[in-house]
Amino acid sequence: MADKLLKPKELIDRIGYQPPQTDWMDTPIDIRKGMYCYASNPKSVANLGFPNARPWNPTEPDWKLPENWQQIIHDGFKERLERFRSFKVFMDICVRCGACADKCHYFIGTGDPKNMPVLRAELLRSVYRNDFTRMGKLLGKANGARPLTLDVLKEWWYYLFQCSECRRCSLFCPYGIDTAEITMMGRELLNLVGLNIDWIATPVSNCYMNGNHLGIQPHAFKDMLDFFVDDIEERTGVRVKPEYMKKGADILFITPSGDVFADPGTYTAMGYLMLFHYLKEKYGLEVTWSTYASEGGNFGFFTSHETMKRLNAKMYAEAKRLGVKWILGGECGHMWRVINQYMDTMNGPADFLDVPVNPITGTRFEQARSTKMVHIVEFTADLIRNRKLDLTPARNDYLKVTYHDSCNPSRGMGFFDEPRYVIQNVCNHFYDMPASTIREQTFCCGSGAGLNAGENMELRMSGGMPRANAVKHVRDAHGVNMLACICAIDRAALPALMDYWLPGVQVAGTHELVANALNLPGQNDRATNLRGDDLEELKAQAEGETDE
Amino acid sequence: MNDKKLIVTGLVIFLIIVLFPFWYNRGRAVPPPEVKLTEQAKAAKECVLSKDYMRSEHMQLLDLWRESVVREADRIYTNPKGKQFVMSLSNTCLDCHSNKADFCDKCHNYASVRPYCWDCHIDNPKENS
Amino acid sequence: MNKKYMVSFIAVFGLFLIAWAGVSIGLQWVFGVIIPYLAVLVFATGFVRRVLGWSRSAVPFAIPTTGGQAKSFPWIRHARFDCPDSRFDLWVRMALEILTFRSLFRNTRMKLSGGKLSYQLEIFLWVGALAFHYAFLTVILRHTRFFTEPVPWCVQLLENVDSFFRLEIIYPQFQFGLPAVYLSGIVLLAAVVYLALRRIVIPSVRYISLASDFFPLLLIFGIAFTGIMMRYVTKIDINAAKQLTMGLVTFHPTVPAGIGAIFYIHLFFVSVLLAYFPYSKLMHLAGVFLSPTRNMLASTRSYRHVNPWNYPVKVHTYEEYEEEFREKMVEAGLPVDKPLEASAEAAEKE
Repeated sequence: MADKLLKPKELIDRIGYQPPQTDWMDTPIDIRKGMYCYASNPKSVANLGFPNARPWNPTEPDWKLPENWQQIIHDGFKERLERFRSFKVFMDICVRCGACADKCHYFIGTGDPKNMPVLRAELLRSVYRNDFTRMGKLLGKANGARPLTLDVLKEWWYYLFQCSECRRCSLFCPYGIDTAEITMMGRELLNLVGLNIDWIATPVSNCYMNGNHLGIQPHAFKDMLDFFVDDIEERTGVRVKPEYMKKGADILFITPSGDVFADPGTYTAMGYLMLFHYLKEKYGLEVTWSTYASEGGNFGFFTSHETMKRLNAKMYAEAKRLGVKWILGGECGHMWRVINQYMDTMNGPADFLDVPVNPITGTRFEQARSTKMVHIVEFTADLIRNRKLDLTPARNDYLKVTYHDSCNPSRGMGFFDEPRYVIQNVCNHFYDMPASTIREQTFCCGSGAGLNAGENMELRMSGGMPRANAVKHVRDAHGVNMLACICAIDRAALPALMDYWLPGVQVAGTHELVANALNLPGQNDRATNLRGDDLEELKAQAEGETDE
Repeated sequence: MNDKKLIVTGLVIFLIIVLFPFWYNRGRAVPPPEVKLTEQAKAAKECVLSKDYMRSEHMQLLDLWRESVVREADRIYTNPKGKQFVMSLSNTCLDCHSNKADFCDKCHNYASVRPYCWDCHIDNPKENS
Repeated sequence: MNKKYMVSFIAVFGLFLIAWAGVSIGLQWVFGVIIPYLAVLVFATGFVRRVLGWSRSAVPFAIPTTGGQAKSFPWIRHARFDCPDSRFDLWVRMALEILTFRSLFRNTRMKLSGGKLSYQLEIFLWVGALAFHYAFLTVILRHTRFFTEPVPWCVQLLENVDSFFRLEIIYPQFQFGLPAVYLSGIVLLAAVVYLALRRIVIPSVRYISLASDFFPLLLIFGIAFTGIMMRYVTKIDINAAKQLTMGLVTFHPTVPAGIGAIFYIHLFFVSVLLAYFPYSKLMHLAGVFLSPTRNMLASTRSYRHVNPWNYPVKVHTYEEYEEEFREKMVEAGLPVDKPLEASAEAAEKE
């Protein structure tokens, strides 16, 4: 596994953008180790009531499909064409101009032509033409049509799990054709015949049964937060007291469970705890956590629309049960696409909640007046704007920060200036990456849409190459040593990416930076950051590096 | 859904635009222009060159004549049959075809062609050669 | 030799031969009247059916691609046309997409050299596409002169503008520029050649191109080429041609004698393009209006979009969750809805 991973230079040198001699339809796939994720655990699949739960292995020729799999896919295809105009229109109108080709981070990082968004879509489109269009039926292969064979299905599976649904291609497409949409449909179809990957199916099953992707049970969830409470006390001298499922609290807070589980997300979680403590002490604001709705993320989104809805339902249900005024959401990428573009439609209207108003500043969050869910970064931005936080940004002075726009808040929400505002108010040294790699043109971390597994490390490192390259640019130009983000998958994926391409650059959630700058009432001298590192030492180290 | 209404409206507008020629002419037959020849022209029977050639290429011939007269001061044109003509729109062409409105304009208007001959040669003036 | 463009080339050449042969054996009525009528019929009905087909598919979710800062606090600048929040902004976004191909204007070209990626503005595709579409539109609008009598002033104006650049080359051997040269025709031909060449020359674009990408380009090349030939080189009797086209649109079809074969070839190419249109990628003409990532408001948190087929799903309720974890929750000091006592007392009594 990891020992087989190529060295960065070897990986880059191997990329050639010359397509093979054979036509793409005649080029057989090679399911390569390091590029695919393991097949799903049948238990998880059965847990969710998904079809065809069985052990299977993608590298074996027999994928143990149901007898009538072709019919299932055909019918599923037809149903989705009727249910989603996006799918139907995108199947029909692509002119293959190629503008999207070099926009995909997986294509840039692998050079595999089937990772060009247009070709990824053509994998489905060729079958669509064959099954549903007159021209395709009439002219066959001359019109780019081909029947759905087992090899084609395998190709779907292989390449639809090499797309992180980042929508970068859709930005450049003159018709807005969104490969994320096509990948979502394709993955739904694959799920109909039991072709999923374990890194998605098992978190989905966990989330469904236990409330979060990691399967953390309620008491364990509390234990984990208690660890953070201890750590915060050790580093700041202040003991914070998180609330759990408190009925009648002002706000329900939901964040991805990844933040309570692994570094450096844990520091972001500590940041949330400190912020909430500060607001409670100073302004009496009551924020509650829930162990039932303890997952902001939604891997159902990477499975099917129905699964997405099943997992997402908990947010409104829990808010209703607890009788809170509105919901506050933590830093997460795809979670916010779901909340911004799907939640209200799927599980709303949330008429039992209030239009979010920040009781401390009086700001009415007009942008969230129907969904009634506020992003913690806009919440904090509003607090900072109204000077409600006591901040000492100098504590972050050893950092030279750049900011990674996560795909989903970027191209699925338009969330760009709020995080920058917050970071620039808690850090004195901020440098943006080049314009063609940030904001709406941002690159994926390479591990989104459920592809953050350990076994597909080569894919992840290749896909993250454009992002790492842009970070390298600001590291070389400005000495950037911290990559800030607002996404839990980023916090899990980017450290590995940085270790691989740019050792020394660290990754932090935005609220870790906020908390480091935030002064709590009754705190100690704050000699360390949240990670327990001595600030004086870090500062000396940073200055030493600049002097060189 | 209200977007269906929008789509149908769009389609109707599209069809109205695309099928413009069909409703613009309201189905009335438009007779092609009939070129009227003056008695003089009828009597001459043949123009400088053959009728078919003149019909499609007369502008080319006039252009060459202009070139020849203005740049080379050569005013005499000999056609393949050996017959000679003075190269002059006003004096030669319009001498026979003195009915500009019925001869030139009819076709030009029908085909929506606006030659710039008449920018200078206004209303069939006779040149003082 | 790439099979895909050869197939398309042979197909277009075949169409040329069919029209040419047909006219030489006297099938003027077929190629001048019957086929054009059929083509218009297929185009109109096919187009409408395709768009209505799209309209019948639901739009369950609002999924705009947000291309800039969303409407947020008053102190954050809103990228109105990239992340539209009002109908007006949305109309502007769509107008810019449709009329100026704004998304394509963003196009960059990625280059990897020495392990460093760079992105530069790649404007040629945008320029080529814009040139192609506007030239084609101008050519089509100009052609209304063959379908109207009297010719409306606006068409005459367009002709004047299109031919404003006087190009008159006079050598007795080679004479060009009369009748007045229409720029749109030349631009159309050049753009079509560019678009076809980039499909052949750029390796990745060649790899993704299908025969059905080359076919319309070659067909349009054929149309533009025959049109230009007819106007400047092998001239036809234009009034006879107009008599035929006027006959078509006034439903008094006639086939005047003496129109050259090239006219029928031109007309046949156009007919094929019209009939092919609704069943091909050329429907992007209508599709661009219906793309949900572009034509939807980005105000998805402030207005609720309704999914017409939203159905109830199986969820794991809080009650089920508490049922499973009640003891552990109570032990950890987490609040529960149903206290443990009831079940504990029952156990003690036994």
